[in-house]
This record gives sequence, structure tokens and C-alpha cells, in this order.
Amino acid sequence: MDLSPIWLTLKLAAITTVLLLMVGLPLAWWLSKSRSVFKLIVEALITMPLVLPPSVLGFYLLLAFSPRYGVAKWLQETFDVQLVFSFKGLVVASVIYSLPFMIGPIKSALQQLPQSLAQASYTLGKTEWQTFKSVLLPSIKPSLATALVLTFAHTLGEFGVVLMIGGNIPNVTRVASIAVYDSVERMDYASANSYSFILIALTFVMVTGVFVFNKYQAKSPLE
Amino acid sequence: MIDINIEKRLKGYSGAGTLKIKHQFAPGSITTIHGPSGAGKTTLLKIIAGLTKADAGKISVNDITWLDTNSKINLSPQARRVGFVFQDYALFPTMFVMQHMEYATTDTAWINKLLHLGKLETLITHKPHQLSGGQQQRLAILRALAIKPKIILMDEPFSALDRAMKAELIIDLRSVFSELKATVLIVTHNPDELVSIANDDLYIAGI
Repeated sequence: MDLSPIWLTLKLAAITTVLLLMVGLPLAWWLSKSRSVFKLIVEALITMPLVLPPSVLGFYLLLAFSPRYGVAKWLQETFDVQLVFSFKGLVVASVIYSLPFMIGPIKSALQQLPQSLAQASYTLGKTEWQTFKSVLLPSIKPSLATALVLTFAHTLGEFGVVLMIGGNIPNVTRVASIAVYDSVERMDYASANSYSFILIALTFVMVTGVFVFNKYQAKSPLE
Repeated sequence: MIDINIEKRLKGYSGAGTLKIKHQFAPGSITTIHGPSGAGKTTLLKIIAGLTKADAGKISVNDITWLDTNSKINLSPQARRVGFVFQDYALFPTMFVMQHMEYATTDTAWINKLLHLGKLETLITHKPHQLSGGQQQRLAILRALAIKPKIILMDEPFSALDRAMKAELIIDLRSVFSELKATVLIVTHNPDELVSIANDDLYIAGI
């Protein structure tokens, strides 16, 4: 069996999770701080991938990644970076696709913290950043773990978006979920079974891991 | 001298109303603040600390303007550096007792003195959830004092303490207040129990 789709999937999930942690933390913090109509719109946009058919998202990303227009054209001409049918394109799409899985748990955990926690830190002379780093972030560790695992696991299971913008190029865009589909198309049920079983095992271990990590916090990993 | 003249619209339990406070707190004084629930006692403390914004008015401390809504002056809580004891304690769930103190100050001699005063020296490696209600409340008080504030705002700071502990702590706190030359405002439902140390009283009638 060709294991390259599994490695490619793990690589994509790991890169997406790291990037989303960097993007998601400040974004979730900003969203948790106060409510405004603008923030509600931003939040709605971030949540869209959760409810949209992946093929719809994939279709518009395909158009957006077209090297003939806009940012994709600029990227192609300036850095010779092609997003469509490339691994880089998959990373960008995965970041957008999994954004609500990173933002959701972190934002709601920050909102559930009593306001007085940050206020106490401010009266001690600490800046917003010091407060976030030393007080707020450690207080939401269980939700942070949940967000990381959900993001990783969700990227493992990505199919529709990948198919639309990445296709099925071995070692480039052929991730495990595509390999399952492709194997079934070729009537190679043994390979489809192997890929599927590995995905199930990986997901089970991760979700169980976060359950165990959060055991003492008496919280469901899905909170 | 803390000179306050502020207005703030409140949405209370019994409908909306306006909190209006005009008062001068003498330097080094200890003032009890009391009044019915929802009257705005906590809001007043938070306005002084810079955690809530007044709708209109001025606050000056020793002739330095902390708040002036007309000229849009509003010092940050970090710049005001008041010692604030929150009603819900606001302890940091992941920090040990010692870390709470070290987060506030690097003065270890002062930390040790406060821990001794609050009888928490033997509990420095405990987290808030491992402490009793009274111990949590004392930690909240000690943390606020750790920054050696010139103004101390306490929101029902003794509510979880037993009578003996309260009496002892109040006597100890009086000496800390005078050592810091601090002006102290204490919100309480029982101003009588602070009559031995308080020298001013502010009643907030409600909205």
C-alpha cells in the first residue's frame, strides 16, 4: 500500500493546525472582548465553512485561486506561487475551512471567564498582552487542547474542498480521504479499507487523548 | 485626597437610574461604603479603578486628574494602580498562592510579610480551588496589597471570614494601611464591624 497519502494528510493537518493557532488565538481573543455589528459579521463569515457544502467553498476558492486574477495572479507573478492544484493551495483552503473549529472553542472559553480575572490583572499594572499570556490563556488550556485536536482532526477528514481545488495528484494533493475515494473508484477495496482504518484509528486516539487531558476539568472535549 | 464627582447610568434590578456621587476622601482615611443591593457600590469602585467608565464627571487624586469626561482624560487601570479586592476574589485559577503574589510584585520581603499576615505561608503551593472560601478571600486581599497601592478599594472583603479571623485581620490590615499611607474604601453590608478602623462613611441610597 502506498502510504504517501497518509503522510501528506498528516503534514497538511499539522501545518494547518500550527497556522490556525497563530491566526486563531488573536482573532478569538479580539472576538471575545466585546460585541459590535462588525464583529458579528466577521464571526458569521468565520462560521460559514461549518455549514456551507465543502464543494461550494471549494468552487469559490478555485475561482479565487485562479492565476489570472487578483491576489493569486500577484502571487504567481511575484513569487511564482501557484495555489490551485498545489499543496500550498490546500494549506490556504484548509486554514479557511477549519477556522471555525479553532476559533469557536477558544472564543467561547474566553467569554466564559469572569471579567474580573482580566480586570484584576490590569489593576496589578499588567498590560493586555501580559494578562492574556499569563492569566487568560492558561485558564483556557482544556478548550485550547480541544480546539487544536478538532482542527487537526477536521483537516484529516477534509474531502470536498480538496477535490475541488487540489484534485488527485500523488504526493502533492492526494490526501488520505481522496485516496479512499480513488481506491473505491478503481475497485481496490483493500487499499480503501487500509486508508479508512488508519484515519479512524488516528481520529479515535486523538479524541480519546483530549478526553483524558481534560478529564480533571470535567468538560466535554466538544465544549 | 480623592475628589470624585461622577454620574453613571445604571441598569439595576429595579429598573434604570443614575448613580450620582460627589465626595472627597481624605488622604489616609478609611471609608465604609454601604447601601442597598444594586445601588452602584461596586460600580463606584470600578469607576475609581478605571475598570468602568463614568458617563460624566471628574476624578482627581492628589490634584492629578484621573478622569475628566469633558476633556476626555481617562487614565488606564494600569496607570491608576489601585489595590482592588474583587467581590468574587478574581483569583487566577492556574496560579499557586505564591505565583499570585509574585505576579503582582518582586519584593519578596513584602510578599512574606503579607503571607504571614494572611496566614497563608503554609499554603504557597496551593491553587485557588484547593483553598477554603476564607483563604481565597485573604489571598485576594494580599494580592491587592502586594503592589503597595496608595488607594485600596475593597468590595465586601471580609464576607467569607469567620468572626475571630475577621477581627484579627482587620487589626493587622489597619497597620498595613497606615504603613502604606493608603486611602481605603471598603464596600460592606456591615459598616458596624468596621467602626473601630473606619473614619468616614458614604451611604449610596440607590436608584
